[in-house]
Amino acid sequence: MTPERILTRNFERPGSHTLAVYRETGGYTAVDRARQMQPAAIVEEVKKSNLRGLGGAGFPAGAKWSFIPKNHTGPVYLVVNADEGEPGTFKDRYLLERDPHALIEGMLIAAHAIRSRLGFVYIRGEYVQPWRRFSEAVQEAYAVGLLGQDFDLVVHRGAGAYICGEETGLISSLEGKKGWPKLKPPFPAIKGAFDQPTIVNNVETLCHVPHIINRGAEWFAGLGTKTQGGTRIYSVSGRVRRPAIYEAPVSVTLRQLIEDYAGGVAGNGRLKAVVPGGSSAPILTADQIDVTMDVDGLRNAGSMIGSAGVVVMDETVSIPEALMVVARFYAHESCGQCTPCRESTGWIYKMAHRIVDGHGRKEDLDTILDVARRGGGTTICAFYDGAIGPYISYIEKFREEFEALIPR
Amino acid sequence: MTPRAPASPIAFSAAQLAEVRRLQALYPNPRGALLPVLHLAQETFDYISLEVEEYVAELFDLSPAHVHEVVTFYTLYFRAPRGRHVVAVCHNLSCHLAGAPRLLAYLRARLGVEAGETTDDGRVTLLAVECLCACEHAPMAQVDDRYELDLTPDKLDRILEGLR
Repeated sequence: MTPERILTRNFERPGSHTLAVYRETGGYTAVDRARQMQPAAIVEEVKKSNLRGLGGAGFPAGAKWSFIPKNHTGPVYLVVNADEGEPGTFKDRYLLERDPHALIEGMLIAAHAIRSRLGFVYIRGEYVQPWRRFSEAVQEAYAVGLLGQDFDLVVHRGAGAYICGEETGLISSLEGKKGWPKLKPPFPAIKGAFDQPTIVNNVETLCHVPHIINRGAEWFAGLGTKTQGGTRIYSVSGRVRRPAIYEAPVSVTLRQLIEDYAGGVAGNGRLKAVVPGGSSAPILTADQIDVTMDVDGLRNAGSMIGSAGVVVMDETVSIPEALMVVARFYAHESCGQCTPCRESTGWIYKMAHRIVDGHGRKEDLDTILDVARRGGGTTICAFYDGAIGPYISYIEKFREEFEALIPR
Repeated sequence: MTPRAPASPIAFSAAQLAEVRRLQALYPNPRGALLPVLHLAQETFDYISLEVEEYVAELFDLSPAHVHEVVTFYTLYFRAPRGRHVVAVCHNLSCHLAGAPRLLAYLRARLGVEAGETTDDGRVTLLAVECLCACEHAPMAQVDDRYELDLTPDKLDRILEGLR
């Protein structure tokens, strides 16, 4: 039996991005129900649903909402992270283009729960079509009074910077600054955008909320594992026969995703390695794919689910070359604020590059491992911790392949 | 090289100034509108010169240094004239696995420029960029506002023909 699709159920329906079609399929009924509920009851329902943040960090969504100070009387902001940029991830693009009203409804419910009257949707600058689509939906919602009564929504375009997907970097950018992450604490729920309490949620996380309100926390929790409810959208690419987005319960295994959903390994047909959760997730070898694709399943396997971007590599793929490509990305995207990240990402890229070019030095691999292992936890944000994941795992798991490229 | 000439003098129209004020009013602090206004400035003046930075700084009552810091941080603001079209090829992991290096080599040869450069006739600026998040259609590129998917040399040829 094919599991029920929730987030993607209307994706093939003509006009799925329009208000009319969204309403035909039950859209905007959850927000009416939510408005009959006390804000605290909504937070409690989302907590019980075990909805985890689907942007990368996997933080429990209801708990995050509950951090807004109860005695705060000033404005509270709801910010949507639509700065999708984790290599291997492309799910939010689909949600923005094919079901923008689901996000708006999720925002309306979240805003009621955290008592926010103003929200921002930060869409990466390169997403021109998704930005147009979503902006049209916002206009539709304003025209019929869904927006503009007790909640306003501003669509904000980014300008090209991966770091703005980090929630405090995103806040800096939204404030009209370069996207430098901020030291925590204070966490955004205490002091966020424009110095006010702010909740930053990923697109997909909020798109789940209307369904939780309509069908109940227990139903949602029951779809997943003990510690994470629901389904999520897995972006599967690389050497598979059918690269695409696939919605599945979070209890799906990586093997099922590759073999059943994506049609199996392409290339020479034999699996070598998989990046399970966007490029920052430590790589898994072919014998590690019997793992459930929830937050804790991947953590127990020594990797992370991150943004659920699955990149498959068959035996013909060069792991040193893949590391060079990934290292180039982190060197390019480091925001430059913290010395360990700024310096290491640049030098590690240079070392990975010279290894691939056949000019590696025999101490290079240990230097990369040493620098990477020392650097964890030394920076303001999680960017460098994310970069370390591939540096260490690619070399530790495929060391012989690197050594074969280094002149003796 | 004959890129588009920047509009001069550096000034928004009355309608654009009204749009700037509207954008600024959307944010709790008007400075929040800086990125959107810089997008508007780039559409209007083709690229963000130091003069444009100073002009935008005045509209926000910010220092030109702050605006410069912002403009230089992001990849989508061009600080020099670009070609009439921008072809930005993704060279991140999934596109790499699907042959992005070969596509880039093909484009370099076909256009006679390196990534980051503009053709002599000012028609195309070629870029190699990080993940554009369309990995299911790798290899891919952004051509101006559009995502061009599942690219091959033949498909690239057809796309280039359409760029005037």
